[in-house]
Amino acid sequence: MSDMLISSNEKENKMKLASKITRPVNWNKIEDPIDLEVWNRLTSNFWLPEKVPLANDIPSWATLRPDEQVLTMRVFTGLTLLDTIQGTVGAITLIPDALTMHEEAVYTNISFMESVHAKSYSSIFSTLCATTDIDDAFRWSEENVNLQRKAEIVLNYYHGDNPLKRKVASTLLESFLFYSGFYLPMYWSSRAKLTNTADLIRLIIRDEAVHGYYVGYKFQKGMERESPAYRAEIKAYAYDLLLELYENEIKYTADLYDPHGLTEDVKHFLHYNANKALMNLGFEALFPHETTQVNPAIMSALSPNADENHDFFSGSGSSYVIGKHEATKDEDWEF
Amino acid sequence: MPNIVYFSNVSENTKRFVEKLDLPAVRIPLQASDQIEVAEPYVLVTPTYGNGKDESGVPKQVIKFLNVKKNRDLIKGVIAAGNTNFGDKYCYAGELIAKKCNVPLLYQFELIGTPHDVSAVKERMDLMWKQF
Repeated sequence: MSDMLISSNEKENKMKLASKITRPVNWNKIEDPIDLEVWNRLTSNFWLPEKVPLANDIPSWATLRPDEQVLTMRVFTGLTLLDTIQGTVGAITLIPDALTMHEEAVYTNISFMESVHAKSYSSIFSTLCATTDIDDAFRWSEENVNLQRKAEIVLNYYHGDNPLKRKVASTLLESFLFYSGFYLPMYWSSRAKLTNTADLIRLIIRDEAVHGYYVGYKFQKGMERESPAYRAEIKAYAYDLLLELYENEIKYTADLYDPHGLTEDVKHFLHYNANKALMNLGFEALFPHETTQVNPAIMSALSPNADENHDFFSGSGSSYVIGKHEATKDEDWEF
Repeated sequence: MPNIVYFSNVSENTKRFVEKLDLPAVRIPLQASDQIEVAEPYVLVTPTYGNGKDESGVPKQVIKFLNVKKNRDLIKGVIAAGNTNFGDKYCYAGELIAKKCNVPLLYQFELIGTPHDVSAVKERMDLMWKQF
């Protein structure tokens, strides 16, 4: 039955391929205000890992036990893998499905920023770790069955031919799959460890929120054009995919966190973010309230107060902001 | 019965939350040139936006609405939407409006709100309206 339903998004794509006119993007003619809003938001959020003084974490890194260091490196190679997929495959595969030319441009920004995220982890590694340890962690990420399975599930949909399913996969990656990894730097930060690394991760978390919101929004725009029957099919598919990824995510989480007794705590964070991923797609939350109560220490690590933990001289601390500049005036130069 | 005035942009996350509350609600128009005036006490529901330039996170349509004295006089409380991924900017628009209008920030929720958020807000609104 489901094969009989033809998506109007798919039909449109075929028509697009047939048309031969190449058009220049006109930012003075906006069809969807969200495109411009998100573009502005993303470009004003732009950052590079070099702006975060990671070297200040070297003394803190040395206070971690060897097994805690291994856990941290493995978590970060896992995150690197996801960012690599998003940067070089995920955001790129969304471009042909775009409804507006501005949407295409936003995806190129998302794609580049994901590559910045992927590279950030290498900055953390090169600052804190020995080369042999880094190599070991990368090998682990290539050999860990559950991490590879997670990548495989998502990549399958990116390479598939359904625009709406691709957006579901992308939103679940951005808003759900990262969080088993994001948990750890927030955990360290709540114990006043690796606080500069946590600053960098918070910048990534902020970007992922915009990406998840945007792709989720475009998914909903696409859904509006479909028949109720087809919409129901896609909705069922979204919940199924979430559960498939969730099952795998629980195993991945246990692999990493069981030896440290943190798995249950991480699960709450996963449930909480899975609900947010569904809401980004316009669907109702799935996990009940009690299972989504995140450890308050983790929640406050996500939202550090401006006056807490601030390293004034390095310009960083938990309230990291990119420096603002002011144009020089003639009066500045009256010596 | 409690009244709601809300703003929601074209992504309509906030609209979806308000619909789940099942209370009388008026939407602040998307076009900032279309102005509305209210005649009864209400609770304001607003999302928090950051566009880089505007630090307040309050949508410009909401600012325009609150710039009308009559509208400002009738506000009884504010409910804000946001995303904890934005750290200390989470629901910042709500904090700011609460301070400026001297009304309580009744609740904060994320995106379209969970069923738990909906029942918590309904409960609080009921309690509040009984006091009038």
